Amino acid sequence: MSLIDLSGNLLFVAFVAYLVATLLFGGAVKGGSKGESENAGKKWGSLAIVITIIGFVANLGYFITRWIYAGHAPVSNMFEFTTAFGMFVVGAFILIYFIYRVPSLGLFALPIAIIIIAYASMFPREVNPLIPALKSYWLYVHVITAAIGESILAISAVAGLIYLLKNIDLTKRSKQSFWIEIVMYALVLVLGFVAVTTTFNVTGYEAKFSYVNKDGATQEITYNTPALFGMHQSELLTADKMEPLANTPSIVNAKKLTTVVWSILIGTLLYGLIRLIIRKPIAVVMQPFAKRANSQLMDEIGYRSVLIGFPVFTLGALIFAMIWAQEAWSRFWGWDPKEVWALITWLYYAAFLHLRLSKGWQGKKSAWLAVIGFVIIMFNLVAVNLIIAGLHSYAG
Amino acid sequence: MKKILCVCGHENPEGTTLCEKCGSPLSEEEKGRKLADMRYEGTAIRSKTYNKTIIDKIWNFFSSVKVGVSIIIITLVAAAIGTFLPQVIYVSVPENADVKETYADAYGIFGTIYYNLGLTDIYGSWWFQVLIGMLAISIIVASLDRGIPLYKSLKNQRVKRHENFLKRQRIYGAGEMTAAEVDNAFDLTEEKMKEMKYNIRREEGALLAEKGRFARWGPYINHVGLIIFLFGVMLRLMPGFYIDKTLWIREGETMAIPGMEGYYLESEKFVFETYSEDEQKEEFNQSKKAVNAVAKNYQSDVKLFKAPDDAVPGDTSNLTEVKEKAIKVNDPLKHDGYALYQMDFRLNELKTMHFNLTDKKTEKSLGAVAIDLTNPEKEYKVGKDSKVVLKKYYPDFAGFEDGEPQTASPLPNNPAFIFEMYTPETPKGETSFVAIKQPIEPFGENKYAMKFSSVDTRNVSGLTVRKDKTLMILMLGGIIFMLGVTIGSYWSHRRLWLLKTKDGRLLMASHTNKNWFSMKKDLDAVTEYAHLPAYVDQYDEDQKAEEEEKKLKDKEKEGDNTL
Repeated sequence: MSLIDLSGNLLFVAFVAYLVATLLFGGAVKGGSKGESENAGKKWGSLAIVITIIGFVANLGYFITRWIYAGHAPVSNMFEFTTAFGMFVVGAFILIYFIYRVPSLGLFALPIAIIIIAYASMFPREVNPLIPALKSYWLYVHVITAAIGESILAISAVAGLIYLLKNIDLTKRSKQSFWIEIVMYALVLVLGFVAVTTTFNVTGYEAKFSYVNKDGATQEITYNTPALFGMHQSELLTADKMEPLANTPSIVNAKKLTTVVWSILIGTLLYGLIRLIIRKPIAVVMQPFAKRANSQLMDEIGYRSVLIGFPVFTLGALIFAMIWAQEAWSRFWGWDPKEVWALITWLYYAAFLHLRLSKGWQGKKSAWLAVIGFVIIMFNLVAVNLIIAGLHSYAG
Repeated sequence: MKKILCVCGHENPEGTTLCEKCGSPLSEEEKGRKLADMRYEGTAIRSKTYNKTIIDKIWNFFSSVKVGVSIIIITLVAAAIGTFLPQVIYVSVPENADVKETYADAYGIFGTIYYNLGLTDIYGSWWFQVLIGMLAISIIVASLDRGIPLYKSLKNQRVKRHENFLKRQRIYGAGEMTAAEVDNAFDLTEEKMKEMKYNIRREEGALLAEKGRFARWGPYINHVGLIIFLFGVMLRLMPGFYIDKTLWIREGETMAIPGMEGYYLESEKFVFETYSEDEQKEEFNQSKKAVNAVAKNYQSDVKLFKAPDDAVPGDTSNLTEVKEKAIKVNDPLKHDGYALYQMDFRLNELKTMHFNLTDKKTEKSLGAVAIDLTNPEKEYKVGKDSKVVLKKYYPDFAGFEDGEPQTASPLPNNPAFIFEMYTPETPKGETSFVAIKQPIEPFGENKYAMKFSSVDTRNVSGLTVRKDKTLMILMLGGIIFMLGVTIGSYWSHRRLWLLKTKDGRLLMASHTNKNWFSMKKDLDAVTEYAHLPAYVDQYDEDQKAEEEEKKLKDKEKEGDNTL
């Protein structure tokens, strides 16, 4: 088995371990609540954390073997970075778990890590050679520190989510119960993306088009999903494939748009199916798992993880970033979209801390802020890399 | 200045909410609270005390956290809007084209509106700079407003506090005890808390255990760091602190480095490499062919020279070599506070053009002429008796205007020449206009022609010359910020008060600025060891009470329904 195969297998082991650990954490949460002895819950809990750690070690194994194989840290494209981010989320969870020992945190943190890794694996997994701009040890230092910071901040959102599930009265229609369901819907949409990409990958769908780009030149593009939208003045080159429903102007990347629309369609369908089967909002089904959590403790975990994550994020995403930018691009700051979004994330969490410290925003307000913070981080990861082009866009 | 007299007899400055000495509530607002507001230790804060003069009002505006957070949010939103479309510095505007047109062409109506609103250079706009300035003022004012009183108050802490203070702490416990038991509890507490690295101070009938007070300075330290950083950024506007020049240098050239007086750079070679196919990991590369185009290396091999101090500018006769270096992306040449970066390049720029002075009929050459395109000579001797005079030279020929040839730039992209050719057969000279692929003979048919034979090319390196004296200041700001944010985040300020009352009770109260869960672990340990009275988290109790009240109400409602 070559190193790269080993690396792929280790990632798979980690993925499965996280799935199993999620179920065990579910047992730990439920076990304690069904009037069984507290010990039963604790046993489930310890088993769950052991499996999580085994998964995390396998995940680290993936990271290290791929690093050795590629000759550079596997954080240089979308697949590598997102996988690393998922891994660090698990790492951050383990860290927080050993401070507070709350199993319900695992029940929600691990599925989020699983979704992130699943999302990552939808991108091309090839090992790319580094372009000159990335050839620096600052690549490892900056990207890894920033990713660790972001993942600790993500745990705050997980704690916030648990707090909200527990404390929002879902029996009544309210803004909050609506938005918490939107959060659930958004998670299902990611699964929709995974489902769409996997399905068409397995069936090997490929349709070539020619189109006219922004500069008026003719280019070719390959769609891996049936084209809902065509590129500017596109023409189908592969026989017997679906013609696009409509062509778009040249500034729109219709291929990406098609993928997004497919994901939303399938994700919504998936959501509808789930709702049909369970016959109530997903949040309502999730709520019992959060009910056992201690609100005050969740509030503190949410705050604590921002406190732990914020300095790490500052160091990685701003300070190391500036040092590297000075070295590579001769200026420490250039208002490149990715730089700006790192600043936005930083400003956002600075506002979070000030609101909490001085305005006494605790409980639900703080929990919502943490969830929104995660939305910003994900926007940073997904939209800024894929949609907003900039110096960092090679990450796509 | 008005003074507030506490029940304990201590005179407090106006605006104090918790007595400096005993901690009893002073203001009506504070008395109305069930739990003491411990954020700034109840000390007098300027912005909360005075609001009369215009200076007070400005001070209060900037010291308000609400205002500070609003500025942060506005900055954040503005920054986000600036990423909707590429900023003007990242847009390549074609020559002779308008920036506005470029945006309109690329992004349609949205692009036009975006440009008209000034969003294409949002970060350089006056109002964005004003926002950052206001943020800086807010940081300074708020820090002084809160930080100084907080520092004084924590420095002058009394051990013995009033029962009213202890009762109003979030964590509170009370129990009846004999005097001997109390003394014993004090000793054991001291012992246990010392073990847990607390500082202990004891007075008659009172004990204060404290740990991590410095954590309270974290926010103020990081604000100092931010201000130093912003100051450094402002300093770049001062002349001399910041140099940003571009140097295009051709292979083989030696040029004075702009902005770097007395230094010269010689470019030996520019290298551009791409990855070859066998450098790819086979099993994982699906798009092997495309990878051929992946850049591997941009590199300028240069030598840095220094002219003697007394040399006339431009005099390159006495240069001493300082350094030899391959400048690559991520690996600039650094010397004397300056740095030269590999930023850009042009491959295969025309260097020399070779012509033959040829008899058009016999195709016999009288001799060759080599024209250095960056430094052409006026006259070229050909053989023994012939010469070619270069009348006019157009390095970047762009067509005719009113019959006159035009050049678009001084770069030899598309050279064109007007030659006058003198040979023994044509002693009066013949004029010829020669551009690539279009010879023109303006004054009738010539006998001789300048026939193009070959061309030499060379690469050009685009280097950026930087000097940034503010970097050290920025670095200092960054380090101080990290220091502050780290101690503010990773440490917490924990205190435990014990008080022996006259009626034979032992009171305990505790406060921490964060991480109550961990504080309680400390308290549990000491409570058990020193047999302190059981404590309650009054904040939590509040919530429980609220919840119970709610449940009761709900039940009542249900009762109503069933009736």
